[in-house]
Amino acid sequence: MATLTEAPPPLSPTAPTQKPPRKRGRLTPYWLLLPGLLWLVVFFALPMIYQASTSVQTGSLEQGYKVTWHLATYWDALSAYWPQFLRSVLYAGAATVLCLALGYPLAYLIAFRAGRWRNLIMILVIAPFFTSFLIRTLAWKTILADGGPVVGALNTLHVLDVTSWLGWTAGDRVLATPLAVVCGLTYNFLPFMILPLYSSLERIDGRLHEAAGDLYARPSTVFRKVTFPLSMPGVVSGTLLTFIPASGDYVNAELLGSTDTRMIGNVIQTQFLRVLDYPTAAALSFILMAAILFMVTFYIRRSGTEDLV
Amino acid sequence: MPFVNWLKRHFVVIAGLLTLAYLLLPNVVVTVFSFNKPKGRFNYEWQQFSTDAWKDPCGVAGMCGSLSLSLQIAVWATLGATLLGTMIAFALVRYRFRARGAVNSLIFLPMAMPEVVMAASLLTLFLNLGAQLGFWTILIAHIMFCLSFVVTAVKARVMSMDPRLEQAAQDLYAGPAQTFLRVTLPIAAPGIAAGALLAFALSFDDFIITNFNAGSTVTFPMFVWGSAQRGTPVQINVIGTAMFLVAVALVLTSMVISNRRTKHKA
Repeated sequence: MATLTEAPPPLSPTAPTQKPPRKRGRLTPYWLLLPGLLWLVVFFALPMIYQASTSVQTGSLEQGYKVTWHLATYWDALSAYWPQFLRSVLYAGAATVLCLALGYPLAYLIAFRAGRWRNLIMILVIAPFFTSFLIRTLAWKTILADGGPVVGALNTLHVLDVTSWLGWTAGDRVLATPLAVVCGLTYNFLPFMILPLYSSLERIDGRLHEAAGDLYARPSTVFRKVTFPLSMPGVVSGTLLTFIPASGDYVNAELLGSTDTRMIGNVIQTQFLRVLDYPTAAALSFILMAAILFMVTFYIRRSGTEDLV
Repeated sequence: MPFVNWLKRHFVVIAGLLTLAYLLLPNVVVTVFSFNKPKGRFNYEWQQFSTDAWKDPCGVAGMCGSLSLSLQIAVWATLGATLLGTMIAFALVRYRFRARGAVNSLIFLPMAMPEVVMAASLLTLFLNLGAQLGFWTILIAHIMFCLSFVVTAVKARVMSMDPRLEQAAQDLYAGPAQTFLRVTLPIAAPGIAAGALLAFALSFDDFIITNFNAGSTVTFPMFVWGSAQRGTPVQINVIGTAMFLVAVALVLTSMVISNRRTKHKA
């Protein structure tokens, strides 16, 4: 850290005067970066290459694997498991939309309306993080239990008739249906939506709302024309932080779903840890990674928030 | 229609509080069911009130062992990720260097990758190297995925720091080490603390990456996962409730302390 605090170099006349002068420690930044980046290269980037190589290998556990450029593995994996891929995108998409719809009012409440309750509500949003998410997901088994109060109420209101007609639930059950899985995904990733939304809402100058009101904008117009556009960075990072982990999740599908709600994460997990078909598992994982990277890049470009990262 | 008007005016508050209820409902259920006395092996249906589990929290074979293992891993992973991440954050904000874009992507990508992909690819690496799966492979994985979050948290804080404070310290004849220890570090501390807290929570609660790379080692989340298949002991709920209460208590204490400090200064 020695050069971190050495005297700043004299400003050259062409240097932009707005920016604080950066110190020119020649080797210091590299020493600071080296251990952490080495860790990421060896344990994050290198495994990706190993995985890509595994996906084009053939062989067996007993006789070992060899790279044979057997690209048919990809084709076989896709044709066998496209329903699980589709389901992952649909469930994760539904959970993301629900998270946005549920999370926005709460983030708005904390940012503008909570007053002295702000910190308390914030704690209540974050504190569940410290209880194992598996325990909390298992609690949904109790909440959505067959014949329990929630299912009973939905039944009385004939909501279940509509949802089973849509194929979201089956008969009088909510557990072991797509609805239960989406409900669990929404619950588990909701804080990842609320926190970025809150941090971008909090930065909005309250006087902009007043100004809009003074210009005879109705509350709904103020929201549509001022608040929501200004919160876009939060919406974008919130949807990414929800969609990405939700699409690879297999915990909710396993605990709250059935064999008909298996997502791609379940398949990868089974192939890797139980069937021990490494090439297929690696190919599936590689396809998921490519799909996510493609979607994320496209989405960030479209929403015009490339400075997000 | 005064009621409809009232509803309209308070729509955000009502919707927000409903979401909050949705977020907290499972915690309420976990707490209530920690006082249950289930009939079968599974603790999903309310039977009768009992404090047995609270009196004997470690009464389930293997649970407290897995809990202490998780705590150990979380502590070491937090230390490792915080140290490495803070160094990267300082380098990113304070220095010019080559390949900045590549470095930024390498730090962003682990956060934009589904956990199962990182888990599976890391396992292929360990299998190829013939590494023994267990404590060390879990720790390596945890430091890897916590690192980026620490960098993001610390970077935000260091970026908002006024560089003139350090210049002032130097003008007052503080040496480099002294400036760093007495000016830079205290100002960056909240960011570092936030990063460390996040790393601890992420590591302690991680299931997917751990499940792939643990071999036969059992962490607390893996114990819970296994019990979901074999039968859930009430003690799981006791631990879950205790963790929630400890977290709330810690945050409240830290808030009271920081409130007092600001009042004291003013």
